[in-house]
Amino acid sequence: MSKLIETPLTDEVVETLKAGDKVLINGYVYTARDAAHRLLVELIVEQIPLPFDLKGQVIYYVGPTPAPPGKVIGSAGPTTSSRMDSYTPLLLFLGLKGMIGKGQCSVEVKKSIEKYKAVYFLATGGVGALLSRHIVAVEEIAFPHLGTESIKKLLLKDFPVIVAIDCYGGDVFSR
Amino acid sequence: MKKIKRQQIVETVKNFYMDAVISLPEDVYESLTNAYQQEEGLSKEILSQIIENQRVALEDKIPLCQDTGLPVIFVYWGTKVIYEDGDPREAFNEGISLAVERGYLRASVVDDPIFERNNTKNNTPCIIHFELVDGEQVKIIVVPKGAGSENMSALKMLKPSEGLDGVKNFVIETVKNAGGNPCPPVIVGVGVGGNFELSAILAKKALLRKVGQPNKNSLYAQLERELLEEINSLEIGPMGIGGRTTALAVHIEYFPCHIASLPVAVNIQCHSARHKEVEI
Repeated sequence: MSKLIETPLTDEVVETLKAGDKVLINGYVYTARDAAHRLLVELIVEQIPLPFDLKGQVIYYVGPTPAPPGKVIGSAGPTTSSRMDSYTPLLLFLGLKGMIGKGQCSVEVKKSIEKYKAVYFLATGGVGALLSRHIVAVEEIAFPHLGTESIKKLLLKDFPVIVAIDCYGGDVFSR
Repeated sequence: MKKIKRQQIVETVKNFYMDAVISLPEDVYESLTNAYQQEEGLSKEILSQIIENQRVALEDKIPLCQDTGLPVIFVYWGTKVIYEDGDPREAFNEGISLAVERGYLRASVVDDPIFERNNTKNNTPCIIHFELVDGEQVKIIVVPKGAGSENMSALKMLKPSEGLDGVKNFVIETVKNAGGNPCPPVIVGVGVGGNFELSAILAKKALLRKVGQPNKNSLYAQLERELLEEINSLEIGPMGIGGRTTALAVHIEYFPCHIASLPVAVNIQCHSARHKEVEI
C-alpha cells in the first residue's frame, strides 16, 4: 500500500515517512537541476528573493522533454541527484523539505536531511513516459533561458516515489 | 556501385532516431521481463514500472526517458557506395536535428564543455563513428545515449601483469562505484585491448550486441558469465535499492594490443538500452 501525501510538506508529515515506504505525492513541486541550482545559490548569496519560497517545498530533479500537442509535459523522469549535492544542504537550511531524484546522496546531504527534518524521494529513472501521466499542470516560473533546465511549477497527481532517505537517517540504499 | 542521396540519410536517421527513443529493442524488453520475474517487493515494483513505461511511451508517443541522449551513430559505409552531396556528416546531423524537432526530444547538448555551455538546441553535433566495409550498403546504428549511465563509465590502462584479475576488479569496481546512479538494471559493455581510444569504442560497441548473446570466443564468454554473476551478487539491484538484478548482461569486445598495455574500458548502459539499426 502506498501512503498519500500532499505538498507543501510539514514536519508532521515528514516524521511519518520511513525509508522504503511507497508514497504517492499530490500537489505542487518545483523542477530544478544543475544550472537552476547554480542560479538559485547565486541569488541566495546576493540576497535576492528566490523565484519561489523554499519553505516546505519539494524540488524535483528533472529536465523534461518538450510537451507534444495535447499534453502538458513530455517525458519527465528524475535525473541523478548527487550532481546537486553541493547545493542541497544550503537549500535544506533555508526550508526546503524534500527532493525527488534518483541515485544516492552524499553523507553531507544525508546529515542535512536529518538535521532539518526533510526527506529524499526516489523516483524510478528512465520511466519518464509513465511519470508524465502523473503531472497534470506545468507553469514555467523562472530562468526560461535555461530551456529544459528552467524552474517549472508542476502539479502532481499520485506521483509514485519511494522514500529513499528519511529524517531518522534511514537509507534505502544501505539496507 | 550504388549512389546514396543526402535525403535518404536525413530521412533514415530522423525516422529511426525518433523510433529509438520511444521503443526498446525486443531483446532488451524481453530481458527486463525476465528480470521482473526474479525480483520481489520494491525491486519488482520498479521493474513493473519500467515495463509499463514501454507501453505508455508507445501509446502516448513520447520518449521512454526525458534524456533522449547525446546521439551516437555508428556508420558502416560500403566501399561501393558513392555519395556526391557533400560532407555526409552534415546529412546525419540534419537527420538528428529534425528528429529533435518533430519528435519533441530534449535538447541536451551544449556547444562548449567548459566555458559557455550554450545549448545547441537540436542535439547536434552528434558523435559519428565511420567505418569502411566491403559492399554496396550503408549500415546505420543510432544510439540515443543518456548521460546518467555514460557518467558512470570509466577507462583504465592496466599493466599487463595485472591480467585477468586486474580486468575483473576494474569492471566490478566501476559497477560498484556507479551504484544506483546509472539506472540499473544496466548492461555493462567492456572493451579490452587495442589502445586508449579503441578500448572505449569497443566498450560502446559491446552494448549494441543482443542482450546476453555471448562472445564467440569461449574464454571471453566465460569471463562475461563470471562478471555477470559477480555483479549481480553485489545486490545493488534496480535503481540501487537492492535486489537480484544489477546487470542484465556483461558484453566484452576485445582487440590485440601493445606488449606493454592492457587497456580496459567499461561503458555502462541504463535499462533504457535504446538503439536501432538500419541498412540503406
